[in-house]
Amino acid sequence: MPSQRILITGLSTYWGGRLAQALEADPSIDAIIGVDNEEPSVELERTEYVKVGTQHALLRRVVDAAEIDTVVDTRLVVDSATTSSRKAHENNVIGTMNILAACSGADSTVRKVVFKSSSYFYGSGQDDPAFFDESMGRPHPPRTPIERDILEAEASVAEFADTSPSVNVTVLRFANVLGPRVRTSHIELFSLPAVPMILGFDPRYQFVHEDDVVHALEHATQRQLPGVYNVAADGVLALTEVAGLLGKPYAPILPPWGTGIAAGVMRRIGLNFPSEMLAQLRFGRGLDNRRYKAAGFEYGYTSREAVLALAEHLRLHPLLRSSAEPYRYEREVEEFLRWSPNVRNGTRRPAPVSGQARGAGLTAGPPVDHYDDLRPDEIISLISSLEPEALRALREYENGHHGRAAVIEAIDSAVARSQASGGAPGA
Amino acid sequence: MADPPRTPLSVREQPPGKGAPAPALPARRQDDLRRYLPGVEPERQLTDWGRSERVESLLDRTLVEFYYRYWFRAEVEGIENVPAGGGALLVSNHSGALPPDAVMIGKALREEHPHPRPLNITVEHFFKGYPGLSMLIPKIGCVAAHPANVHRLLYDEQQLVLVFPEGRKGSEKLYKDRYQLRRFGRGGFVEAAMRAQVPIVPVCVVGAEEAQPIFAQLKLLKKLTGLLYVPLTPTFPHLGPLGMLGYLPAKFKLRFLEPIHFDDEGMHEDKGLVQTTAHEVRARIQDGLFDMVSKRESVWFG
Repeated sequence: MPSQRILITGLSTYWGGRLAQALEADPSIDAIIGVDNEEPSVELERTEYVKVGTQHALLRRVVDAAEIDTVVDTRLVVDSATTSSRKAHENNVIGTMNILAACSGADSTVRKVVFKSSSYFYGSGQDDPAFFDESMGRPHPPRTPIERDILEAEASVAEFADTSPSVNVTVLRFANVLGPRVRTSHIELFSLPAVPMILGFDPRYQFVHEDDVVHALEHATQRQLPGVYNVAADGVLALTEVAGLLGKPYAPILPPWGTGIAAGVMRRIGLNFPSEMLAQLRFGRGLDNRRYKAAGFEYGYTSREAVLALAEHLRLHPLLRSSAEPYRYEREVEEFLRWSPNVRNGTRRPAPVSGQARGAGLTAGPPVDHYDDLRPDEIISLISSLEPEALRALREYENGHHGRAAVIEAIDSAVARSQASGGAPGA
Repeated sequence: MADPPRTPLSVREQPPGKGAPAPALPARRQDDLRRYLPGVEPERQLTDWGRSERVESLLDRTLVEFYYRYWFRAEVEGIENVPAGGGALLVSNHSGALPPDAVMIGKALREEHPHPRPLNITVEHFFKGYPGLSMLIPKIGCVAAHPANVHRLLYDEQQLVLVFPEGRKGSEKLYKDRYQLRRFGRGGFVEAAMRAQVPIVPVCVVGAEEAQPIFAQLKLLKKLTGLLYVPLTPTFPHLGPLGMLGYLPAKFKLRFLEPIHFDDEGMHEDKGLVQTTAHEVRARIQDGLFDMVSKRESVWFG
């Protein structure tokens, strides 16, 4: 039976939001309900948001009332830098337990559970195989709180799967995620001017692009795939290779002995090395991703392409930062749009006003953040992505402040191009 | 009491010069995942195992070339016993403080084999944890001797893998015990070959024992450095770490013996058969070594 009434836990996490957006596009899905203890961070059209406590104690009532048939759990915390270890434990272990309790029972309507886990399940050790497959456990018990939590959470999912044979339980273990929108400790390290390493170690890293994570969750939601699957893109890169793809030097700033102590010192000066990352920086990890591919999933990116996508984002991010306006959830507005009889044209929303277009002509400041720090060739490469009105503002600003002929010429030709191709000139 | 039926050990003779045709593999599992192996990205300089063609070929053209051709003057026989396609497990005796045998076998395959193929050398997990070595070792084609690694290389990727079943018991043995094979582990290598249904090619190496004779093991230095062992050789440790490369110019002889084939499914589950085969492989290598040593007239000139 295909999933029609879906509950997403962790709606306000990046993954919950992205997955809800993706599922909204599928008309065969009747209802999408998202629960979390914080408000959604992305714009949603028909997903209903229900605020619940961290422990998800009242979830059972939501599940029963809405006759949920599929629960997708995207809420696992896998990065100890994002929260305190106690909150992470509360969320990962107690939360998982309660969510599973809400799905169990003879009269439960739930027929499918998709659980987002992490490859931290396997840890990183000296006597690891080069490629972990789903049947392998970790050779040694975990030493960091996050890894312990992940193991405990997965153990309770496995127990649930054993005791509820009528429920299709899918566990997806994701490799380290890279992408322009998601924030992880690894991405933070890769954003530094040089990639930090442990002296004398060149660990093997496997990544997965953020879009592939969303697609993988969607894939599991739409199909019957009981069991555990690794989700990691093709290709295992050495960390030096990653640094090369990012166009950065690598800096072996952590000593091979006393790494934990040194990492503690680094933390003081703002370089965050979560404890679960240190083992990976030393030994690395590779995953056997073939099972999920055999289950019909196709990756959009290889590990190398995911790193290149991140590299491009890191290069352009300082330039494009101004164009995106963060979404803010406002309950009254969302409720009006969903339920008010006065909303005429269904779920259509007024198009959000672009911050760039609105502010371009009015402000005396540069139309693009850090404009004054940019080299002419960087500006020229940026021009093609701008709207005509922003271009005009840019030309004015450039004329008044710098007056570089090459830049002005490039802007003029871009304006001419957009007019020639029928682009409507802005107000 | 009747013995349970055992799968016979098939030792098939291969006509020389003709590489063993890869036997038609029966569908061993419902889900044969081999077609889902990741493709090769030509832009990359490293494989998924961390192997670097650049580092490898640089070493191959300089240091390895020098030792193979001029220093050890390696002589190879029976190279046609290494199949030209499909997976195969090479099993060899092991000796020398910093064992030159693995590199020489790899070089012999590149130089003498009609279809040169890369050789994956299994090493101890120890190297992954030692700073510096852990960066270098995978780049030159070494992988940790994990059963899952060996199986993936042999069965899924159909590559050549070299194992030293003696392990460090072989490379730390003293000069007085030269050419006396140590115990062959627990037969894990036979199990790996049977599970992957690839042939075992026994290899005998003569010369490595004399190239770097070990007179004693230095226990205290071993503790201080955290290495697997610290041997006393003619050039090490008094000449420093580079003394590990100070080999004496012994004549190297490599002999590839006839492959042993395992064509039946599920042979690896028969522990008795695994042990018998491990003994058989060990005996063949030992016989080959004694034969080669007895025919040898000089340690230095062959």
